[in-house]
Amino acid sequence: MTPDEGRAPGGEGAVVTRGLTKRYGRVTAVDSLDLDVRAGDRYGFLGPNGSGKTTTVRMLLGLVYATSGDIEVLGRSMPRHAGRVLPEVGALVEGPGAYPHLSARANLRLLDAAGPPVAGGPLADGVGSRGSRRRRIEAALEQVGLADVGRRPVRAYSLGMRQRLGLAAALLRGPRLLVLDEPTNGLDPRGIAEIRDLLLDLNARGTTVFLSSHLLAEVEAFCTRVGVLDRGRLVAQDDLDTLRGPTGRTRVRVDDVAAGARALGLPPRDTERPGPFAGEGDLVLDGTSVADATERLVRAGVRVLEAVPERRTLEESVLELTT
Amino acid sequence: MIGVELRKLLRRPRTWVSIGLLCLLPVVVAVFLAVTGIAPRPGQGPTLLAAVLGNGALYPAAALGIVLPFFLPIAVAVQAGEAVAGEAAAGTLRYLLVRPVGRTRLLVAKLVSVIAYTLLAVVAVAATGYVTGVTLLGTSGQLATTTLAGTALTPADLAWRTGVMVLYIGWSMVGVASVSLFLSTLTDSPLAAALGGLAVLVSSTVLVALDAAGAVRDYLPTRYWLAWVDLFRDPVAWQDIQAGALVQTGYVVVLLGAAWANFATRDVTN
Repeated sequence: MTPDEGRAPGGEGAVVTRGLTKRYGRVTAVDSLDLDVRAGDRYGFLGPNGSGKTTTVRMLLGLVYATSGDIEVLGRSMPRHAGRVLPEVGALVEGPGAYPHLSARANLRLLDAAGPPVAGGPLADGVGSRGSRRRRIEAALEQVGLADVGRRPVRAYSLGMRQRLGLAAALLRGPRLLVLDEPTNGLDPRGIAEIRDLLLDLNARGTTVFLSSHLLAEVEAFCTRVGVLDRGRLVAQDDLDTLRGPTGRTRVRVDDVAAGARALGLPPRDTERPGPFAGEGDLVLDGTSVADATERLVRAGVRVLEAVPERRTLEESVLELTT
Repeated sequence: MIGVELRKLLRRPRTWVSIGLLCLLPVVVAVFLAVTGIAPRPGQGPTLLAAVLGNGALYPAAALGIVLPFFLPIAVAVQAGEAVAGEAAAGTLRYLLVRPVGRTRLLVAKLVSVIAYTLLAVVAVAATGYVTGVTLLGTSGQLATTTLAGTALTPADLAWRTGVMVLYIGWSMVGVASVSLFLSTLTDSPLAAALGGLAVLVSSTVLVALDAAGAVRDYLPTRYWLAWVDLFRDPVAWQDIQAGALVQTGYVVVLLGAAWANFATRDVTN
């Protein structure tokens, strides 16, 4: 076998699917999905619970077989080339799994010994060889903040520690692609920030991250590209900045709202109908550009604290797309 | 992968606890026999037990006879039921498969591990049986032992007969294991797989004893389970032993084939 056997011609997408469909009996869980995750992406795979995210992730990893459609992971078709693709993929699917009576290290040793001792991505150290196992296990535990767990059995771990162990298992062979399903489940805010920093660092060093989540804030804080799944269909797939596009309105913050409203020719504040009054000192203007608004306010002697084109939050876009 | 499975088997406390319990029952029986000197009358009680008093070297066989009807198949069925369903229940199956471990490889490794457990259990029971038998029940003066027919057995004779017995019982247990292993690929509940395997055995035992089921009796999995007793006749009556081995082979091949076909093509959703 040549190293390129099974590789698709042309450029390399990290995850590409065409018409990916999964039916369970008469229920269509995933409906003609065309995913396009590029190498180097931090891809957020968003969708409400039960929208088919996990089924899709399982199909990408060859755990669940597709009813129809094609899957290409790291340039090779899945699940046909699973033996060559998966050694370069680290995955966390629906929560971590470990043998409860063994320690974290013993678990990682068993998992590492179970598979082929080959391959590895840009961060692979010792190319996944047996001899480097101890070092790689220590490095992975260090990365996820579990270096000093000692010999306690996993049975005694908290949910957050188990989650970290699951991440360590995914990182063990320095994968080129990380497929993470709800990776921050059970972590406290500090833990979430730590893991996010870790993933950002890995991504900066060349690892593609495919993050599946129902938490908008998590995806918004981390991802560069977003795919939105709703009832098995991909309803949007775009750069995060495009999805959070401007609304065409202008948001200004002034120190005196009443004076500001007068300067802009708005009706006075009405408690029944907030109109352009948003929050304490904010005005939201339809049809007035940032430049116009600031000019008129400054002319009238109203101090402008902030003036920006209003952007939709990811939440607004997603709610719009999924209802 | 096979090495990994064996390591898992050996590092698991349950493995040793279950084998310890298996060995304990024959020891308890031996203690009672030695203290009271009351042997079951021939034809009553567990197989061979009538013959062991004052004949301790035959006790390994009797010990296996004691655990064979219930205890040993339960232990093996639980172990085999664990194989795939246990990994699924612990959430480790998906991580093994994406490691990646091929599904066929995983199944083969599980099978080897279950066979290793079975052999370990049978040998451990036979070994404790020998030690207990010799120390508690004595060896009837010389090392010479008699067969059920009353003729003398040399130690070498006894050794190979015991060895074949261990293999025969081991193979019967692999038959049990293949039922539970197959069920283990169907369900994500290790308990269901183990109980399913036992349900098959109980049904088989009932049907073997039922004259009306005579037409199928010879094909039931427990029909020839006790055929190894024939190893201690003189000369050895091979007919039932061969039939038993053949029946078990049939079950093992069909059920493992089904287990493979199912596991290799099914969606792993746990």
